Amino acid sequence: MTLPLSSTMEFTIAVDLGLAFVLGTGFGFCLERAGFGSARKLTAVFYLYDMAVVKVMFTAIVTAMAGLAALSGVGVLDLRELYVEPTSLAAQALGGLIFGGGFILGGYCPGTSIAAVATGRKDGIAFALGMLTGVLAYAELTPGIDAWIKAGAQGEMTLPSVTGVAMGWFVVGFVAFLLFAAWGMKRLERSFAHLRPKP
Amino acid sequence: MAHTLTDGGLRADRAASAPTVPQPYWNPYLVGVLLGLVLLATYAVTGRGLGATAAFGAVDAWLASLVAPAHVSASAALAKYFNDGSPLMSWTLFLVAGAFVGALISGVLGRRVRWTVERGPQVSDNRRLALAFAGGCVAAYGAKIAKGCTSGQALTGGAILNVGSLVFMLAVFASAYALAWFVRKEWL
Repeated sequence: MTLPLSSTMEFTIAVDLGLAFVLGTGFGFCLERAGFGSARKLTAVFYLYDMAVVKVMFTAIVTAMAGLAALSGVGVLDLRELYVEPTSLAAQALGGLIFGGGFILGGYCPGTSIAAVATGRKDGIAFALGMLTGVLAYAELTPGIDAWIKAGAQGEMTLPSVTGVAMGWFVVGFVAFLLFAAWGMKRLERSFAHLRPKP
Repeated sequence: MAHTLTDGGLRADRAASAPTVPQPYWNPYLVGVLLGLVLLATYAVTGRGLGATAAFGAVDAWLASLVAPAHVSASAALAKYFNDGSPLMSWTLFLVAGAFVGALISGVLGRRVRWTVERGPQVSDNRRLALAFAGGCVAAYGAKIAKGCTSGQALTGGAILNVGSLVFMLAVFASAYALAWFVRKEWL
C-alpha cells in the first residue's frame, strides 16, 4: 500500500500546490479538448443532438472507477484513505436541482467556465463572475443552510459500503451500461440531428 | 501533427483576412478516458479528487479580506476559505489556475481561442451575458448546498460510487432536462 501518496508522505505546501497546478493543467486540457469551453457544445446534451457531455463524464467516471478498483485489487492503493464527501441526500438532491437550473441557464458549470474564460468566451467570464457573486451571497445571506446540511448528514455512503457488493462488480456493471448507453446515444443523436445548429 | 503544418502553410496567404479554422474536438470517449486518468492520478497522489467551486470561495474570501478583514474571520462560511490569512494558497485555486492554463494550451493548439459570446441565433449578446451571470449565481448556490459541483461531486464522487454524488448527478440532469424547453431560445 503506497497510494495515495498523501497517506505515506507529507507534502510541503509548495509541492502540494504545484501538484494541484499540474493536475489542473491536465484537467483543463481535457475539458477544452472535449469542447467544454463552449456553452453551446455543453447545453447541446439537453437538446439531445450532441451527447458529448454524458459520453465524456460517464467514460471518465468509469475509467477512474476501474483504475481505483484495479489499484486497490493488486494492493497498491488503500481505498479507505480516499476522501469521501459525506452524503446528505436532501442537500445533494436539492443542490443538484438548483445546480441543474444554473447549468442550463448559464451554459456552464464552475470548472468548464474556466475553460471558457481561458479561450476568450465572454459569457464564460459572466458565468464565473456570477459564481463569485453566488458563493459570496450564500455566505453572507444564507449562513443557516450549512447547519441544515450538517444536521441532515448521513456520513460516508458508497454503493459498495451500502450494498456490500464489491467495487469490481460495479465497474463491470458500469462498463456494460456505458456500452449500451453509447449505442443508445448514437441513435438519440441521429433522431435529434435537426436541432444541431448549421455551421 | 504534420498535417497541421501543411494546413497552416496553405492557409498562410489568407490568414490575415479569414479567421483561422478551428480544429474539431477530440472523440468524447477518448477525452473521457484521459479525464478519467487525470482524476485517477489526482486520487492516487492526493487522496482526494477534483473540484472547482472552492476556488471561487477562495477568491471571494481574498476579495472580502481586502475590504473587511474582520468580517471574513467572523463569517463561518467565508472563514472556511480564508486559510488562516492566505486564501490564495488554496489547493483548488491552484488546480483551477492549472485548468485555465491547460484549457488555453488546448485552445491555442486547436485554434479555438475566440473573443466571442456563445449563444443561439435568437438571443442578443447582452441578454446572453446577463443569463450567463444569473446562471452562475444559481449554479453557485446549488453547488454550495450540494457541497460540490460537476467536478467535486459528479466526477470525483461518481468514481468512488459515493451515493450522495450519484443522487446529485441525477438531480442535475433531471432539472436541466426539465428546464431545457423553457430556455430553448437561448441555445437553439
